[in-house]
Amino acid sequence: MSEEKKVTRRTLLMTIGFVFNGIVAAAITVPVIGYLLSPVKKKGAYNQWISLGSLSQFPEGQTRLTEFINPFKNPQDGETAKTPCWVRRTGADKFQVFAINCAHLGCPVRWFPQSELFMCPCHGGVYYADGERASGPPERGLFTYDYKLVNNELQINAGLMPTLADQARLVTITGKGKSPCLG
Amino acid sequence: MSRIKKLYNWFEMRLQLEAPVKEAVLHPVPKSTASWWYVFGSAAMTLLMLQIATGILLALVYVPSGSEAWKSLDMLNHQLQLGWFLRAMHGWGSNFMVAVVLIHMAQVFIFGAYKFPRELTWILGVFLLLMTLGMAFTGQVLRFDQDAYWGLGIGASIASRVPLIGGPLVNLMLGGPFIGGATLSRFFALHVFVIPGAMLVFTGLHVWMVLKLGINEWPMPGRVVRRNTYIQEYNELAHKDGVPFVPDAFWKDLFFSAAILAAVAICAFVFGPYGPSGQPDPTIIQTAPKPDFFFLWLYAVLSYLPPNLETPFVLIAPVIGICILLALPLVAGEGEKSWHRRPVAVLVLVTVAVSWATFTHLATFTPWSPIMDAWSGDPVPPKLVHSETPLERQGAVVFQAKQCRNCHSVDGVGGQRGPALDTVATRLTEDQLIRQVLQGGGNMPAYGKTLSPPEVTALVHFLETLKPANQPGAVDASRELQKAQNAAPQAAQP
Repeated sequence: MSEEKKVTRRTLLMTIGFVFNGIVAAAITVPVIGYLLSPVKKKGAYNQWISLGSLSQFPEGQTRLTEFINPFKNPQDGETAKTPCWVRRTGADKFQVFAINCAHLGCPVRWFPQSELFMCPCHGGVYYADGERASGPPERGLFTYDYKLVNNELQINAGLMPTLADQARLVTITGKGKSPCLG
Repeated sequence: MSRIKKLYNWFEMRLQLEAPVKEAVLHPVPKSTASWWYVFGSAAMTLLMLQIATGILLALVYVPSGSEAWKSLDMLNHQLQLGWFLRAMHGWGSNFMVAVVLIHMAQVFIFGAYKFPRELTWILGVFLLLMTLGMAFTGQVLRFDQDAYWGLGIGASIASRVPLIGGPLVNLMLGGPFIGGATLSRFFALHVFVIPGAMLVFTGLHVWMVLKLGINEWPMPGRVVRRNTYIQEYNELAHKDGVPFVPDAFWKDLFFSAAILAAVAICAFVFGPYGPSGQPDPTIIQTAPKPDFFFLWLYAVLSYLPPNLETPFVLIAPVIGICILLALPLVAGEGEKSWHRRPVAVLVLVTVAVSWATFTHLATFTPWSPIMDAWSGDPVPPKLVHSETPLERQGAVVFQAKQCRNCHSVDGVGGQRGPALDTVATRLTEDQLIRQVLQGGGNMPAYGKTLSPPEVTALVHFLETLKPANQPGAVDASRELQKAQNAAPQAAQP
């Protein structure tokens, strides 16, 4: 056994060969990690101001379904580049723009003007007209988009699919709205 | 020498496969294992081959692009000869494969097959189960229809709950900021290259170990596995009371595999392909997305969890479950194999099976989901309102128009999210009804802001009529007493 362990010229060359392969492999693969991680971007990089159209489309006191084309769309996205959202106009220049995705697991919520509730068809999450959680499994109210009014148009800051990961943090840091912990 | 024999020899001289193949097929197995209980593993492998063959055939036509995938499936269904049948075979093959893999797992668990020296065979099997489920989920995504779109939304929502890295995880899963073409492309890569590649390697090693270590013997009470004696005992059993694997045990594998393939083909022929359902247009929100059969139990669990337990459960429970499965052979590698001496194992298996079946059954009719069109589609049955006062009838209108029916059934029709209201007047007094309507609670939204006082009065009067004919309504004892006291002096006066 002890003889076999001896380093000969050939075993040394083989070891160097392994190391050489390792170095080349690392040099090639390490940058590829960047390729794999390329969809991950900094907070806010996936949001842009998008117009939802003229203010006149949204009568005061009503909640309407509208849609926008995602600013980060690619040709192969087809119909999925479109995203729906609910626009609630509460005053001349006061709006609430709710994401379509239920805060529970992202299913599309539907608005019922008669009972003034948003209901989710998946697991029965229900929200009041102002987006607050009413009942069911969601731990918080509906996700909202930031909005601004420019030249008589309603614009929202959108692009990233709203999920608990980005919106929950938004709520706690800025102190806007109720803490999600309060349900 | 015949020509065929010559040809065979020409190849054999170069390939030299005869000896190892003979060794593998003729190796002795304990006689008791030539049983119909030992056919599920080979059936799972047959189904894997079927999935690969049908998958390749579908890939000749399928376009993994967000804008084209649905259309290419539609073309497979309607325009290409037998395209529908291949899709159906692949879809039903997937169902059968998950089922057979689970049955195989239950069988080797209850037969104690994971014990020494077959721990690694079981561990690779656990990964094979996870990959089978991964194939089922990614396959559902490739069907890029409405269910696939919103199913991805559910996946992203679960990923977003991971602390700290939730956001980046969502972007990695979706391949960008939203569900779209990039998402489909990466699920295609997973479904067609990554997972099947890993599955083939794992299946190869899994089968290799079965051949090398020998098939698990039929467990007998009292025949205890011990690390230092087991291998010798097994070899004695296989050689003294053994039969060659081929053909003594193998013919049953062949019969069962053929039967399973026939069952897949019959299901495919009779029930046809899965979807695609509606086009993946997110602006069509009139949809109630539902996962495929083998994820229905998860869909049910997610709706029953209390909100504050959901994130911990969704993130921690699968990790614990997988760790338990992986650790099982390392912790319980010795001891009794027979189910007669392993009551806990039997109980665990039965509990898991019953819970799984219960949740799956519940998810087929989703009692937790509001029925979104019950208010407009299912009128209040006339027999409930035929002799009511105008105020009560007005209440029935409010009941209908304010979507109460979406969550509450009357006469067996309507949602099951809230309790059925056929006998609500026997349970709740007038005051309790008013409070419940105005303030909600117990998982009901509050209607105080959306109903006017006359509407509440009418609604509650209608609800008070909902009781069996011969049963009194619920009454508030103190108010009844007050009424009686008010009435008593009047009665005494004249």
